[in-house]
Amino acid sequence: MNEYYFRTSDLAVGYNGQTLIRDIEIKVKRGEILTLIGPNGSGKSTILKSITKHLAVINGDSFIADASVGAMTYKQLSRQLAVVLTERIKGELLTCYDVVAAGRYPYTNALGLLSEEDKKKVHSALERVHASELAEKDFAAISDGQRQRILLARAICQEPEIIVLDEPTSYLDIRHKLELLSILRSMAKENGIAVILSLHEIDLAQKISDKIMCVKGEVIEHFGTPDEIFKEDIIRELYDLQSGSFNIAFGSVELPAPSGTPDIFVIAGGGTGIDTFRRLQKENRPFYAGILYKNDIDSQVARALAAEVVEEEPFMPIGDAAFDRAMKLMEKCSRVICTNPPAGGCAGRLSELTQAARAAGKLE
Amino acid sequence: MGKKNTENKTAGAARYSAVFIGLFAALFALLIWNINTGSVDISIPDIAKIIFTGKGDETQVGIVWQLRMPRIIAAAVLGGGLALSGFLMQTFFGNPIAGPFVLGISSGSKLFVALTMIVALRFVPFVSSWMMIAAAFVGALIAMGFVLLAARSIKQMSMLLVAGIMISYICSAITEFLITFAQDADIVNLHTWAQGSFSGIKWADVKIFSAVIAACLAAVFLMSKPISAYQMGESYAQSMGVNVKCFRVLLILMSSLIAGCVTAFAGPISFVGIAVPHLIKLLLRTAKPIVVIPASFLGGAVFCLLCDYIARVAFSPVELSISTVTALFGAPVVIVMLIRRHGMRV
Repeated sequence: MNEYYFRTSDLAVGYNGQTLIRDIEIKVKRGEILTLIGPNGSGKSTILKSITKHLAVINGDSFIADASVGAMTYKQLSRQLAVVLTERIKGELLTCYDVVAAGRYPYTNALGLLSEEDKKKVHSALERVHASELAEKDFAAISDGQRQRILLARAICQEPEIIVLDEPTSYLDIRHKLELLSILRSMAKENGIAVILSLHEIDLAQKISDKIMCVKGEVIEHFGTPDEIFKEDIIRELYDLQSGSFNIAFGSVELPAPSGTPDIFVIAGGGTGIDTFRRLQKENRPFYAGILYKNDIDSQVARALAAEVVEEEPFMPIGDAAFDRAMKLMEKCSRVICTNPPAGGCAGRLSELTQAARAAGKLE
Repeated sequence: MGKKNTENKTAGAARYSAVFIGLFAALFALLIWNINTGSVDISIPDIAKIIFTGKGDETQVGIVWQLRMPRIIAAAVLGGGLALSGFLMQTFFGNPIAGPFVLGISSGSKLFVALTMIVALRFVPFVSSWMMIAAAFVGALIAMGFVLLAARSIKQMSMLLVAGIMISYICSAITEFLITFAQDADIVNLHTWAQGSFSGIKWADVKIFSAVIAACLAAVFLMSKPISAYQMGESYAQSMGVNVKCFRVLLILMSSLIAGCVTAFAGPISFVGIAVPHLIKLLLRTAKPIVVIPASFLGGAVFCLLCDYIARVAFSPVELSISTVTALFGAPVVIVMLIRRHGMRV
């Protein structure tokens, strides 16, 4: 058997016979989470719908444990693959319990009556997503976060080997996003379920995924582990980031640096400068920052926001080159802000810098 | 938690039982009431004697067996069928206001039955019930085809109804035109039928439509599992293993067959298909097909028996068309439903 539990081969997807994306080669092992990222309208949903057979493929096929999805009946597929769609669940007078119980559909008898065993599974699925208390609530009257959890419980109830989720975190607040993704994560790891989902939050994608696929354009250019994919240039190109920046280490975004000639120098370090950097960015005042160690958290932000950052190698005494550069930039400025960084030990020369600024009457 | 669940489940089961007992009681009461009422007074002991022994005054036996009984059975069975057909169409369109009458399906059937009779009577002395059903079924399917065509380009549900009503008007107009100029004694009788009526039903008809509707009821009941999945939306139904394409075709065929069969014998009857399933869901507080299907059938039977009673008795000896009465009770239900839906979301 192929080492990949789920794979696609030569898959081309699109609408009405028009190819949108071709040569898609997805490979996912059991217990792995694959996340599709990419700009709006790039075709993430199209790929997911093609995998789940909601959309006819243009070319190629998907395989679950080497069995062709194209050749499977919907019934066979329903025991292998469960979905959480962006589409709302219709139906009247449904309780959350009813919705979750619908996941037992592939296993119930001809009239769809639930056995005791089925009922137990519905309850344990509800527990799994911490939603037991919602069981008797009207499905139409619960919050978005609750709804997504119930839909996930429905998918769990289906006892699939693969779960496909289309933007499951949309409309959720940060707490519910984390909750949903950590449930997915533990499900994947504990039950060996392969999870394929699309996400807009690239920071979360980086943290929960085992594999990332960048969807943009007619062919998939990047497919790999998060550390292979989360490179500044790949992300910048994927989302066409003209301005602003994406921080690889934190998976966070920063707005573009203010343009123009700086008139402010910020003496920072050890995380004391971040607030000041962001404030200056909001006020649209360009600035210099220094002297920061390259591993300093301030440095991560300053690189995105400052016109120039004077940096020093980690854990080394501040050398003449950096010090002279800082002095030179400071001379060009009429204002110096000191955020009171720790200035002892090897960073002792920061105090010298501050004193020079004070002597020149520029320090605020 | 678990305990509360069980309690709620028991409450649900108790509610279902209560509704079914209520419906059966109402059905039984209306059956007796209907047999007992008419322009000729027959005492209850006499009626019991006639039904159970078949003996008694010859005219009275004739009235009970040949006039009242077939009519009552028709009202019950065809009424149940209408409610069932309405429920299926509501499921198909995902819209509680869909039904055989408003979508023009009944009128499509009516047109084809009228057409068949007028054409066929030139060649054969009489038209068999099977031919009527076949014609009504074809008419229903063609009308359904037009509605589906409209549904493809019109996404708004209220517009779909407007399209259905227009189809209905066109079909009715053509039918009236045909009947007016047919000038045939047999066809003149069509006029009453074209307005919708349970009168003039014969035992031979009763046997045929009962068999057809019973088979359809059984088939629809066996479809309650995929229907429940389909109620959640096509995509979810498919992910649960329903072959949505086949299922949609099956839904259309079943609902058209039932609607056609009813129309073939009783003409187009308004609002039963919408009002009854809606009221039943309100009573049961669930939309689960496995209970709603049998309850809707019973509800339709009760509703039509009541309406037929009123149609016969209200202005006796003048008889109202059944649609006049069903519209009087059914239309307000639909209006309330429209307003409530509009209140929830546009």
